[in-house]
Amino acid sequence: MELNVEYAEENRSRVRNLLHKLWEPYKQVPLLGWLLAASVAVLLEMFVGHPLARLLGMSKIPALFGVLLILKTPGLIPSTLLYLLLIYGLPIGITARLTAKLTNLIVAKLYDTSTGISLLIHIALLYAVLHLWTGINDYRLLVVKLTLIAIIITLSLNVINGYMGEFSCSHPGFIALGAYTASVFTIVLFVSENRFGEAVLPPELGPYLFPIGLVLGGIVAAIGALLVAIPSFRTRGDYLAIISLAFMFIVVSLFNNLEIVGGPRGLSNQPDYANLPTIFVWTMLSIWIINNFVRSIIGKALNAVRDGELAASAMTVNTRKTKMVAFLFSAFWAGVAGGLFAHVIRYINPGTFGIRKLAEVLAMVYLGGLNSVAGSVVGAVGFNLLSEALRPLEILKWIIIPIMLILLMIYRPTGLIAFTELNPISLIKPKSMTEGEVDNAAS
Amino acid sequence: MPLQFYLQQIVNALQLGSFYALIALGYSMVYGVLMLFNFAHGDVFMVGAYIGFFVSSGLLALANTGIIPLADNVMLGLVLVLTLFISMILTSLVGMLIERIGYRPLRGAPRASAAITGLMIGIILETGNLAILGPTRLSFPALIESVTYVIAGVSVTNKKIVIVFVSLLLTLALHQFVRRTKWGMAMRAMAFDFVVVPLMGISINKIALLTFGLGSALAAAAGILFGVAYPVLDPYMGIIFGWKAFVAAILGGRGSILGASLAGFMLGFIEIFVAAIFPSTMRDLIAFSIILIILTFRPHGFFGEPYSAQLRL
Repeated sequence: MELNVEYAEENRSRVRNLLHKLWEPYKQVPLLGWLLAASVAVLLEMFVGHPLARLLGMSKIPALFGVLLILKTPGLIPSTLLYLLLIYGLPIGITARLTAKLTNLIVAKLYDTSTGISLLIHIALLYAVLHLWTGINDYRLLVVKLTLIAIIITLSLNVINGYMGEFSCSHPGFIALGAYTASVFTIVLFVSENRFGEAVLPPELGPYLFPIGLVLGGIVAAIGALLVAIPSFRTRGDYLAIISLAFMFIVVSLFNNLEIVGGPRGLSNQPDYANLPTIFVWTMLSIWIINNFVRSIIGKALNAVRDGELAASAMTVNTRKTKMVAFLFSAFWAGVAGGLFAHVIRYINPGTFGIRKLAEVLAMVYLGGLNSVAGSVVGAVGFNLLSEALRPLEILKWIIIPIMLILLMIYRPTGLIAFTELNPISLIKPKSMTEGEVDNAAS
Repeated sequence: MPLQFYLQQIVNALQLGSFYALIALGYSMVYGVLMLFNFAHGDVFMVGAYIGFFVSSGLLALANTGIIPLADNVMLGLVLVLTLFISMILTSLVGMLIERIGYRPLRGAPRASAAITGLMIGIILETGNLAILGPTRLSFPALIESVTYVIAGVSVTNKKIVIVFVSLLLTLALHQFVRRTKWGMAMRAMAFDFVVVPLMGISINKIALLTFGLGSALAAAAGILFGVAYPVLDPYMGIIFGWKAFVAAILGGRGSILGASLAGFMLGFIEIFVAAIFPSTMRDLIAFSIILIILTFRPHGFFGEPYSAQLRL
């Protein structure tokens, strides 16, 4: 018996060693290498995905890494796994490994010339991967769009709930304000025969002026945030949570009563301006700005207010200004995300922004991790992919996801990646070489 | 508008306020003792209503067999009382189960994590109900034969009288329990100091179970009374009621039974009178605006203490 246990132990450690050995060379692959490998995989899927899927007995390319397919018809598990291995696993593994030296060199050169350009190249490559991947079918496109928007929402809520440490429930309200404002802006200006009359401007201008609508939505949401921000001077914690909750109900009820924007029937016919590049640019912009915000002095002031308001104010932190700025900033981005959301779905009604939305948004923040930009991105992407992937389970989905979140809360109460700082520069550093070698390679 | 109109609205408001008050008590106790937002409480109300449905259906079926020879009126009354009693016990078990599984592992965790857990437990209860019973709405059996009395031009049904009476009775009973009994004293002590009191030999886990059990029992009573008044049950009925009662509980002040009850009735009054005077769609808008204003100027609720040194329960 004991021998058996020992044997199993030995076996396990052998497996671990093997995995370790396999993973060892990949430690040297820089981010650029992974992106390059991913683009090879999506290119491969674009050209041979269809025939391969047919060959393996699937009617079309599996949309979300085959999860949907597996859950619908479990008989296809082997062929789906084979497909994943052939299209994603092997190409990514091989390319990343083979190009590691080359990409490291390129990254080192870029890193030395200009980190900004290097970052831009990374982002462009990421966009290319997403563009090719979503080009396969519209379902993927929709999922990616909504996920990118969810990233903005999660980040903005993390500013209040994570960095400032309040439990704000008002986010659906901010999102609704932004969504309605941006929708009214584009519909009034660019949609002919809309509910408000004729189009004011030629529709060709629409996509160019769309950002103005989004910013307007953000500004209106920020003005709405004053209603929550001003009481936050006097009270904190639980009572602020109630105030923000009341704010959310007020906004939803307000739109229910505004007949001019459709009342409970909602507002539809938003022009189709929110395409993938637009959303991608806004998302990257929001990550960049919010990341800089929380790493700036005011971001640190937020943390100080969270950890001890009196102490912070004794240390010359202007707590009122800090709270105000945080609320307005957060609401602005939620409003922008709302505007994008309205133009993706192209139909909004007050019911969209209710308690369910709140539960979803909070779940994303606390899944990813408080006080962490990277965590928010992980949380938004993870939650969205999970909830899409489990769609075939229909109603059971809403039992499985909550159970997973409860387990997460029990074992990691602050979320997956909490209390970290995201330094984009460290992401794009070459991996294999030490600092000295980088200098050598550059010279 | 005539005086009768307002009196009528007062009667309606008392009925609506009874539901809010009963649910708010559960929120308020858990919040007072454990400093937790039990966001699943609205769905416990829903579960209580469903348990009440099954219990009362079973009892009625039993009564119809004619084993126990009693007059119809007496029989219905007996069924109502038994339904209340059995459902309250069963639902309090549900509440304790929630505490044991969902909240106890999070005793030391950040409070927001517990709030998320509560939200998720609520979703599980709703979806579980939907998955087991299907989307068809159930209609609650009529446990009270409706009789309408007209007093000075105001029509009062016997249902409303029973609802308000039972709700006040339960509130009073809870108040007495918390004031007079040893267990109630332990709860008050726990609300007073979360850290030292466990050192005095009071088990925090037992008190937590008790708190959840009592709160859930009251929610079940609210659910059954709701079923008596509006005999249509659906899995999502607890959401909006729960959140509003939650707001009322906080408005009452931390851990204040009187405050929670009062705020529940006040919410009922605001909603009924707004709906009576303005278009009824404005109800939430005005009700929550009033709450926002109250909390802006009285940030710790009616009976809450600004710096939680002295706490009432």
